[in-house]
Amino acid sequence: MSCSSPTIAITLDRVSKVYPGGHVAVRDVTLNIQTGEVLVLVGTSGSGKTTTMKMINRLVEPTSGSIRVGGEDISKINPIQLRRSIGYVIQEIGLFPHMTVAKNIALVPSLKGWPKPRQNERVAELLELVGLPPDQYAKKHPHQLSGGQKQRVGVARALAGDPDILLMDEPFGALDPITRGQLHEEFLKLQRRLRKTIVFVTHDMLEAIRLAERIAVMDGGVLEQVGTPREVLAHPATRRVADLVGADATLKLLGLCTVEQALEALGAESPDALGPVIRSGDSLKDALLTMVACGRASLPVVNVDGTLRGRVTLQGLQTALAGQEKDRRPQGAARGQGTHA
Amino acid sequence: MTYLLANGPAVWRLSVQHMEIAGLSCLLAILIAFPLGVLLSRVRWLTGPVLGTAGIFYTIPSLALFALLIPILGLGMKPTVLALVLYSQLTLIRNTAVGISEVDPALVEAARGMGMTGVQRFWRVEMPLAVPVVLAGVRTATAMAIGLTTIAAYIGAGGLGVLIFQGISTAHTDQVLAGALVVSAIALVADLVLALLQRALGSVTGVRAWAS
Repeated sequence: MSCSSPTIAITLDRVSKVYPGGHVAVRDVTLNIQTGEVLVLVGTSGSGKTTTMKMINRLVEPTSGSIRVGGEDISKINPIQLRRSIGYVIQEIGLFPHMTVAKNIALVPSLKGWPKPRQNERVAELLELVGLPPDQYAKKHPHQLSGGQKQRVGVARALAGDPDILLMDEPFGALDPITRGQLHEEFLKLQRRLRKTIVFVTHDMLEAIRLAERIAVMDGGVLEQVGTPREVLAHPATRRVADLVGADATLKLLGLCTVEQALEALGAESPDALGPVIRSGDSLKDALLTMVACGRASLPVVNVDGTLRGRVTLQGLQTALAGQEKDRRPQGAARGQGTHA
Repeated sequence: MTYLLANGPAVWRLSVQHMEIAGLSCLLAILIAFPLGVLLSRVRWLTGPVLGTAGIFYTIPSLALFALLIPILGLGMKPTVLALVLYSQLTLIRNTAVGISEVDPALVEAARGMGMTGVQRFWRVEMPLAVPVVLAGVRTATAMAIGLTTIAAYIGAGGLGVLIFQGISTAHTDQVLAGALVVSAIALVADLVLALLQRALGSVTGVRAWAS
């Protein structure tokens, strides 16, 4: 860990939301979100995760407790100004169907009164950033785009005002698994470049594991556990967290490690050149599944170019897993600098 | 047809008068109904009382309503326009309120979440998306106004109803037919123009393609 403590972007201090009629949506949540981290709020529907997120841009006002953004109590900030300074992404339906892609993206800049040429520049820049050539996409309407493209536009729109903070409410929820996987990759790549503070809401634990630097698990309005994906998987704090993590926590944990991390030197026996191999960059989950599928206790490991690197064994997987479960430090290596850079 | 050819200028004059009455009524009706519809979409509990009242006017038979208004406003155009305005309120208010209320709440929340003020949300998001439904109401109201204006000839408002009533009392079937044909033609053309407007606005706003 580095000696300088990470700066806090958002603080929730004993925040509760009670609706008229007595339904407690969020109960006494205290949470610090660090600058530049991806914090994923995960829970079932009705867990209070979305309500918690919406309190950060004052779409929902807390009943008690306080929220600070950049050190400032948001109840003292004009909600319109606050919202224009925070990027907001919802499911693909959030694009305005009557506006072109360019108009959708330029919305916050136009609300902020940017001059037209600067708006246009920003639109082109953002479309490039999310991989949609501006000359092809700027003039289209949302209904002419695929689900994945809509979501890219949604992200571009949220980034338009260059906010430090992004709130993302199940943004990839309506996509097919393949598109979703692609967008996860792009999301992580983009985040390595931009280093925004991101609060991401999902009900999908796998998505949380994939994207989060830290996961905040909510249930029944209560914050059950906050930790790195590995901590949450290896040491669920409560029964409810364990339920959410699922019976296959071990498999998910293996999915977070690469073969590289369990690489062993080749034994005396030479590997079967014709048998199955695994690449060093694949996950340990893939390695395990391959072993199970072909009934072997070890697999040769190859580089991307096919040259032999070493081997991975069932024994090695167990050792790596045991190491993971002891590892309580925030994960760094797999996610660039992590939060403590 | 021979009647139309023989009485061209007179028919033309009555047609213009007819369109004036119907057009003025629609314009006034929209000016009153639109703000009311917007109000209902914001203050939901008003829906019952306002639409209920508009519904009562809607169910009064037109001749009876004309007759009731004569002691107050006399004969001619004034009671006619008022009656037509009252008749079209139900359709216009309801369509405006429904059009706005039916805009996807997720879009309205997205607009809020991005920092739009209430006024910006209304003009930039809710109104453009409500336009097709609002215009559908205008089309219905216009067709109704053009039809009812015919009956208004009975209380001296003029218009093509004059031809029809004269035709009936003098047993000139071709005169009745001519009046009815021209009224229908006006109604059809007005509807067509509004339909084109609806489509044009829809394609500008992308709403049509989105809705289908």
